[in-house]
Amino acid sequence: MASTAAVPTFLKHHFESADQQKGASGIGMWLFLVTEIMFFGGLFLAYFVYRQAYPAAFASASSKLNLPLGAANTVVLICSSLTMAMAVHSAALGKQKLIIFYLIATLFLGGAFLGVKAYEYHDKWEHHEIPGENFDCETCADPGHAPLFFSLYFAMTGLHAMHMIIGVFIIFFLIQQAAKGAYTAKWSTPVEMFGLYWHFVDIVWIFLFPLLYLIDRVPGK
Amino acid sequence: MEEVPVKIFTTSHVGIARQYFFLSLAAVLLGSVLSLYMRFHLTYPQKGEITPELYLSWLTLHGTVMVFFVLTLAPSGAFGNLVLPGQLGAKEMAFPVLNAWSFWVTLLSFLVLVASFLATGGGPLSGWTAYPPLSVVGAIAGPGEGLGQTLWFVSIAIFCVAQLLGAINFIVTVTDLRAPGMTLLRMPLTCWSWFVTAVLSLLSFAVLLPAGILILMDRLVGTSFFVPGGLLVGDMVIQHEGGSPLLWQHLFWFFGHPEVYIAILPGMGLVSHLLATFARRPVPGYRAMVWSTVAIAVLGMVVWGHHMFTSGLNPYSVMAFSVLTMVIGVPSTVKTLNWIGTVWGAKLRLNAPMLYCLGFVSIFVTGGLSGLVLGQAQLDTYFHDTYFVVAHFHLIMGVAALFGIFAATHYWFPLLFGRMMNDTLGKWHFYLTFVGAYAMFLPMHFAGFAGNPRRYADFTTFTFLGQVLTLQKGITHAAFFTGAVQLLFLYNLFHSISRGVKAKQNPWESTSIEWAGEPAVAEIFRGPYELGLYGERDYRMQNEGGEE
Repeated sequence: MASTAAVPTFLKHHFESADQQKGASGIGMWLFLVTEIMFFGGLFLAYFVYRQAYPAAFASASSKLNLPLGAANTVVLICSSLTMAMAVHSAALGKQKLIIFYLIATLFLGGAFLGVKAYEYHDKWEHHEIPGENFDCETCADPGHAPLFFSLYFAMTGLHAMHMIIGVFIIFFLIQQAAKGAYTAKWSTPVEMFGLYWHFVDIVWIFLFPLLYLIDRVPGK
Repeated sequence: MEEVPVKIFTTSHVGIARQYFFLSLAAVLLGSVLSLYMRFHLTYPQKGEITPELYLSWLTLHGTVMVFFVLTLAPSGAFGNLVLPGQLGAKEMAFPVLNAWSFWVTLLSFLVLVASFLATGGGPLSGWTAYPPLSVVGAIAGPGEGLGQTLWFVSIAIFCVAQLLGAINFIVTVTDLRAPGMTLLRMPLTCWSWFVTAVLSLLSFAVLLPAGILILMDRLVGTSFFVPGGLLVGDMVIQHEGGSPLLWQHLFWFFGHPEVYIAILPGMGLVSHLLATFARRPVPGYRAMVWSTVAIAVLGMVVWGHHMFTSGLNPYSVMAFSVLTMVIGVPSTVKTLNWIGTVWGAKLRLNAPMLYCLGFVSIFVTGGLSGLVLGQAQLDTYFHDTYFVVAHFHLIMGVAALFGIFAATHYWFPLLFGRMMNDTLGKWHFYLTFVGAYAMFLPMHFAGFAGNPRRYADFTTFTFLGQVLTLQKGITHAAFFTGAVQLLFLYNLFHSISRGVKAKQNPWESTSIEWAGEPAVAEIFRGPYELGLYGERDYRMQNEGGEE
């Protein structure tokens, strides 16, 4: 056990060593991601059940989504994962200014994603493609079941966007802390853990994009 | 034992354990009073005063507080938090602040649940399983199905979040904070149970949460995930199309079946631990106990369909679910044989916690056997929604788990409050409760044989129930007897908190190190059950060094 003089300030009293504390954070974060996988797993299950039941409604309703915007958003999000990875890397090296730079870049890209998403939602509102009493989609095949597709679209992308919004708030907090010089080469666990979260949210979108936007888009059709 | 100061916003695992303990105590009192109201009205109805809807809202509140706030919270939240770090040789849970959050979020969930029953229109009617379409079409389905049902779902969603936080904390504590020398296979079986229970919570509550969000969307923003097309309620066509009520049942029971094991596994671990301690013998098959715990959990995750045999599942799925359900009998038998092997021919220390554990084994066998009956789809088709099912789960999930909680309260009382509970009162409470529990739930099986349906508000108005009315009145009397007996426990509990005998160090001569006291345990040298040794002392604690 380390002598009391050498105990670093970030070490909580109930851990034996910094390694043990870091291990706890890592396992905890991965377990949290397991719960997230199960969470989105339930939604994906609902998606598969209804897509199996009403394939025609899903294919035609899917083509109402704005593919270019969805694709652009995919690129934006993948780039934000890169900047986040760079932020984690900079934190591990203890490069204070680079951490802040890459976190701000991530914040910017995440904000861009949410902006595009808000525009898409607004577009659906204008076109009466939001499930409920005013739903109206004359060109949809099987219009009775088209709302199910849009229900899933809003539930899944909405909960995904909620994760992004929470992420954006956490980035603000991280930037504030980084500006105070809280993250050093020895200890940057929050940045590292948030990186895992951000990549996870990114990966969820990687599944959502093809399942929601690309159902009926066969090349040459 | 050392004093732990009382603080409201505490992050100490002992303080949080106390908070969970008292929250589940409040919940169990609420749930029990409701059950007495219900039993009384069933057989001696106050016609006109108690409407069927009011009865159903009692039933829903009873089920919800008992399953979520008693059987989920007390075994893990209260006693897991209290004992787990100590038994592993850790100073605290891995994330103390998260632990406190977990409790306060749980309390919020409880308050929202209570609010749902005070809401305009009354409490929800759809039981703790909240099946759609009843639970999803809104106030048109009946009083309490408006705001009340919405708040109910909100409460459950909040509860899921709290449980997920708790589960992460438990798993990390076990994987990362064990003292040097405490290998996985040196952990007491209690720790194994809490660990496996936490894994089950982690996987199952994470699925109930999105299910709750989807159903709230159906109720509030006009989606139709769970509302089928062409639904006619009260002469009105519901404007939804294509949703599937069956999807809710899948998502709910994917959580709901593991939940049964979340309630009972900690009790199983506790019983294994205490039987060994009070029989002064090692557990005969420690590894078999560990692996049977894991096997029960794995199988428990894949048998949810046996709650849905009458829902129109594909017969092939029914067969698969049925066979898997039967297979759970195997690890359960491994456990039961181990328990019998532990006490067989031993000189038992028959104190109150030991009696509760023996009672647990008895009830576990009785309640488990009717599980094998219900696991067969052919029989379940008849028994589904009858009092046979009610009797089955009240024994196995209710009474067995409660005996585990009683045993834990007596056994770990010194860690909770630094004093001992009164053993004689405890024994009286055990014997009377044991008799009362069987007097309530054994005859209930016969009501099920006779086809007595669940969730009826009043048995006196149906001629076909005339033949079971006497039996049901007997059950009501037994319920009031058992309810009255619980006053003994409450008196013992509150009296002992302030006036109990001060506890000595390691009062039960246990081998596990939650009893080691100060200074904190530095290293572990032994397995968990070195009991029944020759010499001056018949046991060695896990942190005792030296060759032997």
